Amino acid sequence: MSPTDSTQHAVVTPEGLQALFEALKRRNYRVIGPILRDGAIIFDDIASVGDLPKGWTDEQDGGHYRLHRRDDGALFGYAVGPHSWKKFLLPATQRLWSAERTEHGVAITPEPRPSERFAFIGVRACDLNAIAIQDRVLIGGAQADLRYQSRRQGAFIVALNCGVAGGTCFCASMHTGPKASGGYDLVLTELVDDGEHRFVVGVGSEGGGTVLAELPHRSAASEEVAAAEAVVAHTLANMGRAMYSDDVHDLLLRNLDHPRWDEVAARCLTCGNCTLVCPTCFCTTVEESSDLDGSRTARSQRWDSCFTMDFSYIHGGSVRATARSRYRQWMTHKLATWWDQFGTTGCVGCGRCITWCPVGIDITEEVAAIRGSEPS
Amino acid sequence: MASAKRKPRLAVWKFASCDGCQLTLLDCEDALVAVADAVEIAYFREATQSEVSGYYDLSLVDGSITTARDAERILDVRKRSRTLATIGACATAGGIQALRNFANVREYAAVVYARPDYIRTLATSTAIAHHVRVDYELRGCPIDKRQLLEVISAFLAGRRPVTPPHSVCIECKRKGNVCVMVAHGTPCLGPVTHTGCYALCPSYDRGCYGCYGPKETPNTPSLSRWFARLGVDNRNLQRVYRTFNANADEFREESERHGA
Ligand code: SF4
Ligand code: SF4
Ligand code: SF4
Repeated sequence: MSPTDSTQHAVVTPEGLQALFEALKRRNYRVIGPILRDGAIIFDDIASVGDLPKGWTDEQDGGHYRLHRRDDGALFGYAVGPHSWKKFLLPATQRLWSAERTEHGVAITPEPRPSERFAFIGVRACDLNAIAIQDRVLIGGAQADLRYQSRRQGAFIVALNCGVAGGTCFCASMHTGPKASGGYDLVLTELVDDGEHRFVVGVGSEGGGTVLAELPHRSAASEEVAAAEAVVAHTLANMGRAMYSDDVHDLLLRNLDHPRWDEVAARCLTCGNCTLVCPTCFCTTVEESSDLDGSRTARSQRWDSCFTMDFSYIHGGSVRATARSRYRQWMTHKLATWWDQFGTTGCVGCGRCITWCPVGIDITEEVAAIRGSEPS
Repeated sequence: MASAKRKPRLAVWKFASCDGCQLTLLDCEDALVAVADAVEIAYFREATQSEVSGYYDLSLVDGSITTARDAERILDVRKRSRTLATIGACATAGGIQALRNFANVREYAAVVYARPDYIRTLATSTAIAHHVRVDYELRGCPIDKRQLLEVISAFLAGRRPVTPPHSVCIECKRKGNVCVMVAHGTPCLGPVTHTGCYALCPSYDRGCYGCYGPKETPNTPSLSRWFARLGVDNRNLQRVYRTFNANADEFREESERHGA
């Protein structure tokens, strides 16, 4: 096949996947993918296919996550975990510049632009959309975040068409998955059900085609392409959650005084977990540090959350002092005002905020409660 | 050329406590030398034999008020201090010794001391801010030395210290920890607890014990309802809030909602 042919599909085995990791490492990529740690599937460096969570799956619900064994050797038989790719593209903490007092005045040293190049393995459709949303926010406007831009432009993305929908997934409702529809270099669909364990591979970029050409592979048979489609169809039919989203913008904005906001505020801990696990939430703050003798100072950027009091602090106090106002701000931004601000949804239906909310607050349930109270 | 500026005078005061928080200053090792260069350590009984005299630019106050004499002494400390910062759960909330506030201190004394009639003590253990105006509170049992150095550095630079009042969860997520409550079912006070420890316990697979006391706007009733779902009974729901910060308002009120 030609390197850029995106209509043809190839097939690789797990050995072919190993060859892919090696090909990426030869190109000096830092290969990042799902691994098992501390009772969850998270993202970190992977050395080989052996590091992937083979034969594991997850059980997810509001405020609940548990791992279980599968009865096969699937390498990607689970949904998304607590980490998202923003951990790498927009790190939780990064120094921006430092300054030192010298004999000649103050010398400012900007931190060098990041030079790391990431290869992400197993990026699901929801997360591809989330990356595209962060691109729009962080580098799509007049002021680009140059550090994000460096990391983003250097990244190689191996997408994954989901073989399993998690208990809190609702990408189908948000029209963001479970099939990857672009924004990748290569895309995998894992076939484990019959015969040989293998991956149907699609090509999404010239670079992806070049890498694929180096791997042991063969052309996919038409039944294999059909089997890959069936995997996605099965996932689509088994979404853990649903949320009718087509009119959610207007629904929420005409219900800003709904009593449901008080009800959810009684449960919300304003802990901020939902925002930090969300793959589209992009808010950061800056913090200064200085040393004891006053000769050095530095400024760092850190993930922030609209659930803190400091977030909306202006002269004299916090604008959003109550849990009600903070939860409402978060949810209406995700589902409604994000459209007005950036022209897209701010929610891709990955379900992380539901699973990792310590008290299981569920964005789909909140929308349903408000919708259900309106005369139909 | 301006003449060398007078170094700010620092005092460290001890009230009812285990001394752990003031020892944190000695534990700063290399940084302690830099502290000693930057300030004049004018009063610090753990480190020097200096005497109380005059005024201090920065007073660090460790410990709670448990005796009538200390209730008097803190008034004097306040008068001598331009800036007064309390350090640690004893000074900011009353400490573990505030468990007496929920019991009869005479009964405690009778169990502990051979001659309880020699003991002169108040019925309660209270935070310094209960008695005098406090300019700054540094939380923790014990305090974190990085945060202590941050408070001193910020004081010297005339800026606001970076010791945010938000949840432990935010630190946990920045570190990439897997949530012990969601993934393991371990009750964790992180969502209602003030950050500052760099999410120490969850980083070692333990639930947060609340050493830093209540965060800003803590929703303890909601967390307690969730703990009950995880199998924590009513007696233990009371006990989880009654540790080092038992007398911090939101923890005390929540503990009083539960019991045997
Ligand atoms: S709001 Fe929740 S479901 Fe939507 S993208 Fe963020 S974490 Fe995922
Ligand atoms: S919705 Fe859940 S995760 Fe988000 S701030 Fe509230 S309690 Fe925390
Ligand atoms: S482990 Fe505790 S502190 Fe960390 S995110 Fe979970 S609930 Fe919050």
